[in-house]
Amino acid sequence: MAHFEKANSVGEWFDQRLAINTLKRVLAFEYWIPKNINFLWAMGMVLAATFGMLVVSGIFLLMYYQPNVDLAFDSVNYTIMTEVGYGWLWRHIHGVGASVVFLIIYIHMFTGIYYGSYKKGRELIWLSGMGLFVAFSAEAFSGYMLPWGQMSYWAGMVITNLFSGGSLEAYGLVEWIRGDYVPAQAFLTRFFMLHVLLLPLVIIGLIVLHFGTLRIPHVNNQDGEDIDYEEAARLYKEGNVKDSKVIPFQPVFLAKDIFVMGVYFILFFYLVFYHFEFAMDPVNFDPADGLKTPAHIYPEWYFLWSYEILRPFSKDLGLIAFAIAQVIFFALPFLDKSPNVAPASKRGLFKFWFWAMLIDVLVLTFMGKLPPTDALFANIGLISALVFFALWIALPFITKIEKKL
Amino acid sequence: MNKINKELQILGVVAFFTLFLYWGVEPFAHSQMHKHVEGEGFAYSEFKASGKKGNVENGKVLVTGAGACTGCHGIKAINSPAPMDASMSGASYGVNPPDLSTAGALYNAKFLAELIKNPAHALKVEHKFDPAKGKMHPMAQFYGAGGDMDQEIADMVAFLKSIAPKEMTNKEAYVDACSRCHANRYGKLTQIGETTKFKYKKDELAHQIKVLDYQDSLKKYMGKLPPDLSIIIRARSEHFLETFIENPQSQLVGTSMPAVGLSHEGFEKVIAYLGETGDPSKPARGELGPWVIIFFVVFSGLAFLWKKEKWRGHH
Repeated sequence: MAHFEKANSVGEWFDQRLAINTLKRVLAFEYWIPKNINFLWAMGMVLAATFGMLVVSGIFLLMYYQPNVDLAFDSVNYTIMTEVGYGWLWRHIHGVGASVVFLIIYIHMFTGIYYGSYKKGRELIWLSGMGLFVAFSAEAFSGYMLPWGQMSYWAGMVITNLFSGGSLEAYGLVEWIRGDYVPAQAFLTRFFMLHVLLLPLVIIGLIVLHFGTLRIPHVNNQDGEDIDYEEAARLYKEGNVKDSKVIPFQPVFLAKDIFVMGVYFILFFYLVFYHFEFAMDPVNFDPADGLKTPAHIYPEWYFLWSYEILRPFSKDLGLIAFAIAQVIFFALPFLDKSPNVAPASKRGLFKFWFWAMLIDVLVLTFMGKLPPTDALFANIGLISALVFFALWIALPFITKIEKKL
Repeated sequence: MNKINKELQILGVVAFFTLFLYWGVEPFAHSQMHKHVEGEGFAYSEFKASGKKGNVENGKVLVTGAGACTGCHGIKAINSPAPMDASMSGASYGVNPPDLSTAGALYNAKFLAELIKNPAHALKVEHKFDPAKGKMHPMAQFYGAGGDMDQEIADMVAFLKSIAPKEMTNKEAYVDACSRCHANRYGKLTQIGETTKFKYKKDELAHQIKVLDYQDSLKKYMGKLPPDLSIIIRARSEHFLETFIENPQSQLVGTSMPAVGLSHEGFEKVIAYLGETGDPSKPARGELGPWVIIFFVVFSGLAFLWKKEKWRGHH
């Protein structure tokens, strides 16, 4: 065992055993962040804070929610909304948070794409971030099952049906996932378990990994400049904070993060109190009824773009397209062949690729909610889905010929 | 200054795409998904007013006379009980005929006149009840008592108005207008009245059987059990509910739900009650919301000062 001296203070006692001074230095006071950043660099902390809100509100909801097909709907809509003190507040925070967290994830993702923050050395940041996106998607979907409304039931039906694999007709797999022939008690209980235990554990693990992947390559900056961190840190520690290109995570970077977070929470709570309907689909306020299919079945807005990639094609082709769309963003660091770490505006054709991708995903999102019976919308959806794939196919070529900066 | 401009430009781009996204998946999508129905604010302009002034005394005679309204309807306001209880009425007519005490307050006068003259037409259920096919509406139409029929109908409406209460609570309006078909479990209402507490399990089960029996009659009459309305206020937009209640066929062609004939005031009371059971946190939201938002405005202000302090000398 290591040799321990008598500690002169509580801090020292902990330092001897946990090296907290080293941790503080490495993770906070001498964790160097580039100075040349804008408020988009605060989205990570905004996401962490939103996840925190979801966890806290989720814990309160968990105390009253009943994962039983006969009780679930009323435990959410009556017990929590009427009988539990401030139950409505926790529920609206949870519902709005689940929707807004995806908005911030998308902003965070497109920020990364725009500034090339997934390039050599930073691939793991991107990959772990995409892992978080997938885990959050599963978390959102499993949570959507829990109120056991019409949309819970029918979305559960539609999404689990995808696992039949089209012409493979793997209905055995679908039944295995559901634990029944149709979504019923076994289905609800297992999605409850996924939502409150397994997936949150995965998310927390991935968040730790995501933070870890940042430490060595450091955060990117607005111009993609390759900073000499040792030199910059030396300048900063000497007191020459003006000329140093970096700031310490704590307290300088955090000071800005907290301000951005405050502004974000004004908007967040405006939505929670005055405009929560967008996050809580009216269809899901009808109790689940296996004999009554809703007129329109559509996922929450954040899944619409991939849903629209599934829809316009034939059964098998649609499933393949959908499967590719789910994972293609993982491949971004490997399909972008240009070594340039720079904002898209300085990257030749990639500039157009970025905006085309953003607009295409938006158009797919819009079309994903509209009834496919309208020929015009169906055609726009088909074209946008084709454009989506064309853009990914073009990416290695246009980045290959990109001029080196 | 230049830096702040750049931040604001970026914020502008993010805000633009976020609002565009919102527009696409909310207002635009909903405008495409639901057909637009224009209501007329419960004016019932298709029914012509006879313009006759009703005589309350004569109306009373017509309403309470032999073979008239009270043959099926109770009128508590004048101590005239219903001939049968809810279950038996349900079994006989499909649905329990309403007590008429509050009809004059809840329903539009033109609608009431049309209802007396031609029930299936006023209720907009002629697709279900067609005398030519031998399907009569359970409410018999009024063929006149020998005099001027329009005058007689005006008298009856005047009588109903004269006995109607001046003030009704939201719940009373809901119970009289909706609850003979729709339960509201969050409001603890079944189709045959409030869910009462019983001392003995046996009595409770007996009551439940009565409710189930009534629901069975109702199912036969309506085709299916009409939905529980506990939380309908969040499942449908207020505009949908308004136009649907005014004329169910306008939103759902072929539905067996009748036009209820509510006056605009009656509708406002009903919708207010639906809000009480389906969205009870509304007042609490209004009360707490501003404080939370003020908190974060102050928080952001202080955070900004802290940020300025920490970044001093950095540029």
